[in-house]
Amino acid sequence: MIEGAPWRRWVFFYVPVTAFVVSLLFPFYWMVITTIRPDSELYRPWSAPNYAPFWTTHPTLEHVHDLLSETLFSTWMWNTMLISLAATAISLFCGLLAGYALSRLKFPFAGSIGTAIFITYLVPQTLLFIPLADIIRNFRLGDSPWALILTYPTFLIPFCTWLLMGYFKSIPKELEECARIDGAPRWKAMVYIIFPVAIPGILSAGIFAFTLSWNEFIYALVFLSSPEQKTVPVGVTSELVRGDVFFWGELMAGALLGSIPVAFVYSFFVEYYVSGITGSVKG
Amino acid sequence: MARVAMRSLNKKYDEVHAVIDVNLNIHDQEFVVLVGPSGCGKTTTLRMVAGLESITSGQVSIDEKVVNELPPMDRDIAMVFQNYALYPHMSVYDNMAFGLKMRKFDKPEIDKRVKVAADILGIQELLKRKPRQLSGGQRQRVALGRAIVRHPQVFLFDEPLSNLDAKLRVQMRVELKKLHERLGTTAIYVTHDQVEAMTLGDRVVVMRDGRVQQVGDPMELYNQPANRFVAGFIGSPAMNFAQVRIAAENGSLWAESEGLRIKVPAPITPRLGRYAGMEATLGVRPEDLRIAGAGDAKDLGFDVAIEVIERLGSEILLDVAVGSATMVASVEPTVTARVHERLRLAINPDRVHFFDNKTEAAI
Amino acid sequence: MATVGSVASVAFKQQYIPAAKRGPITRLLEDERRLAFCLMLPTVVLLGLFIAYPFFNGILLAVTDTRVGVPGHFVGMDNFVKIWNDDIFHVAVWNTCLYTFVTTVFKLALGLSLALLLNRHFRGKAFIRAFILLPFIIPTVLSTFAWKWMFDPTFSVLNWMLFHAGIIHTRINWLGDPVMAMVSVIIVNVWRGVPFYAISLLAGLQTISPELHEAAAIDGARAWARFRHVTWPLLLPVTLVIVLFSVIQTFADFQLVYVLTGGGPANATQLFATYAYQLGIGTGLLSQGAAISLAIFPILLLVVIVQLVYIRRTETL
Repeated sequence: MIEGAPWRRWVFFYVPVTAFVVSLLFPFYWMVITTIRPDSELYRPWSAPNYAPFWTTHPTLEHVHDLLSETLFSTWMWNTMLISLAATAISLFCGLLAGYALSRLKFPFAGSIGTAIFITYLVPQTLLFIPLADIIRNFRLGDSPWALILTYPTFLIPFCTWLLMGYFKSIPKELEECARIDGAPRWKAMVYIIFPVAIPGILSAGIFAFTLSWNEFIYALVFLSSPEQKTVPVGVTSELVRGDVFFWGELMAGALLGSIPVAFVYSFFVEYYVSGITGSVKG
Repeated sequence: MARVAMRSLNKKYDEVHAVIDVNLNIHDQEFVVLVGPSGCGKTTTLRMVAGLESITSGQVSIDEKVVNELPPMDRDIAMVFQNYALYPHMSVYDNMAFGLKMRKFDKPEIDKRVKVAADILGIQELLKRKPRQLSGGQRQRVALGRAIVRHPQVFLFDEPLSNLDAKLRVQMRVELKKLHERLGTTAIYVTHDQVEAMTLGDRVVVMRDGRVQQVGDPMELYNQPANRFVAGFIGSPAMNFAQVRIAAENGSLWAESEGLRIKVPAPITPRLGRYAGMEATLGVRPEDLRIAGAGDAKDLGFDVAIEVIERLGSEILLDVAVGSATMVASVEPTVTARVHERLRLAINPDRVHFFDNKTEAAI
Repeated sequence: MATVGSVASVAFKQQYIPAAKRGPITRLLEDERRLAFCLMLPTVVLLGLFIAYPFFNGILLAVTDTRVGVPGHFVGMDNFVKIWNDDIFHVAVWNTCLYTFVTTVFKLALGLSLALLLNRHFRGKAFIRAFILLPFIIPTVLSTFAWKWMFDPTFSVLNWMLFHAGIIHTRINWLGDPVMAMVSVIIVNVWRGVPFYAISLLAGLQTISPELHEAAAIDGARAWARFRHVTWPLLLPVTLVIVLFSVIQTFADFQLVYVLTGGGPANATQLFATYAYQLGIGTGLLSQGAAISLAIFPILLLVVIVQLVYIRRTETL
């Protein structure tokens, strides 16, 4: 695409791309290097002459070890995993059914329900966390995983519904018409024909929902109080900082390990994730 | 075994009256083609028979049983769609078996029927493949196979050949015809292609703007079109039309316009009598025009100027100017003619059509 | 096709199959409206219970003087009057608007440049695209901690780099100085948001047919003119949607600031959401907190209306 001399290619392409990549990825490198750096090197002021920030000669796993043995980190991981999977499953279930109904069936108020769901899609969690905390308390769900399993779908369902609606619309309607003529009732045509064909869309929605759940912070911060109930983001924030003392080694180890499940899922389904992003803004 | 009847069938959407008072009796084993330009209501009619579209008023019955309220799954029909609608996540075998599984047939019976249908269509080797690994023609066959394994009461076809290239379309047309002769299942076929309609249909239904224009066997439509629309729609190249004035002279009628004056043939004269002194539309097919020879009657010919010559091999089409109007004549391939040449054309007197200018009905 | 007529003629003379028996539920669900009702039910119940109900509950809370554990009495608009006269609230409103505006401008500019860079064929493109999204998918709290560590007053690697590059001569107090704290918060938000913009805009760019560029090039348009008159107008619809999404998210941002500065120093980075949290949960003044987060609503509503009007307009095009 780029015409002209090699220097133009360097100036207009390689240099800027490299700058973007380096600055976008540097914090993760910093996370890794901090995790494996012994404390003696960690707390050396940047103005000290032997400050060598970009590598370490004495890599160690002591921070990871401390994190797993002396904190509840593994419990938080387990909690987050459970809550994210359950919330994702509920949201996919609801989003599949609602997305199908909204994209394929004619029924009264379909338009206004669709609009309402679209509006809730745009409602940020920070708008509702205070009254919601009150309701969670009234339902006696406080400090239990159920508080999050039931509330995460409020921001995941609109997203899943919206994404899957778009996907269903791209499936030719003749497929299910043919199935219905072939002898399938409406619900079987939906379950046996349309849902299997929509698997790429379902994967996109599911992966997106999973990462959003894993990332959620304010509900988890407000609805959970005992340390052993917490999720990774909240646990790391509240339990690895004592007073104003930051245990940077453990913190970075926690950030690193806490990111791994999301990064792992992401790495397998990059394409689905990207189509999820583009689908979510396409509407 | 299966007759299909439509009585005063209507479909109204919010603003559009898509199908208006369609009455049609389809006999058992008959192959009926609905044909018309896009938006004429032919597909909507078919979808109402299938149960995919609700019926605004009127009745559809299959074998004397009114099926208006019956969901498609219980109508015992099969349908082939324009885009084939093959289930992309299933193998060819499973595509064909799906309808039988839904009807709870046992495994050996399903297997037997799929094998027989695959044999008929010559797709035995493809049974394990997925639809995306098939060519257009193969997909078409699988879609047919899926319809015939069920032994349904009625086949519905919604423009099944229009996604194929021209050559394959002709080939599949012949195969469809053979298939129908072998199976004898009642079929309703929708197309916008009049050649397909003429070659496939035992009877052809021409529709326009939601209304049936004419029902008849192909030759009937060709020879005695009921109105100007059918006359222009059926036949290729299309019929020539000319605005003429009917003049009475010495007990016979003449059709006149700029550059054209022909005597109305005797058999039509009585019907055309009341148009004397009025305007009407003259219709003549390109194949009913020929270059006038010595033996041709003087009063059935007219002078033209050649504008374009289309050499098709089996025939030559002459685009000619008649006064300020243009016409197309289909002539022998041996004719030598040059552009701008003037010559005289003669009309076959038995095959001249006249249409009322207001109602467009044939006179 | 021609070989097997005999087999078929036997098989197809069979009697027609009667329709299989259907259960009562299948019959009921064959009705379009009834099926739609059943399909919508779980979604409507969940969203009603945890979005509509808390929303109205929030309005009710905001007009009482409820505290944690203390049932409130109706006080009318008192809470709104109180926050209207609250200096910190004014600061939070100003901060939120500034934060949203500046980050959006930078995210759009950088995201668009990155998208344009990536919108061509080169080796390792898929690989780079996958890595670039990492800031967006890694939980915000966790990556923000990495930044907090990079901003650390004593151990800041950023200071070390800037110092050794000769750009600064004394350390920058990233999170301790009011102005620098806002700058830091903005940097992290931009860092996290650029990938989202880039990937979405890249998807938008890829829908623009290359023939248009070739036609414009043949017409004599140079690179800038091609961008200005071909790419940008065609990209505008998707850009607007992305910006609206991002504005809503940024306006209601919480976790990034909560981790990085907690709203400090001296409320220099206090946003709507952090202030609502501080009052409602931190201090236990539930009703005042609810009133503050409700104050986001009118602005949010405006954005949503703009978006809906916009979507209607593009749908009718």
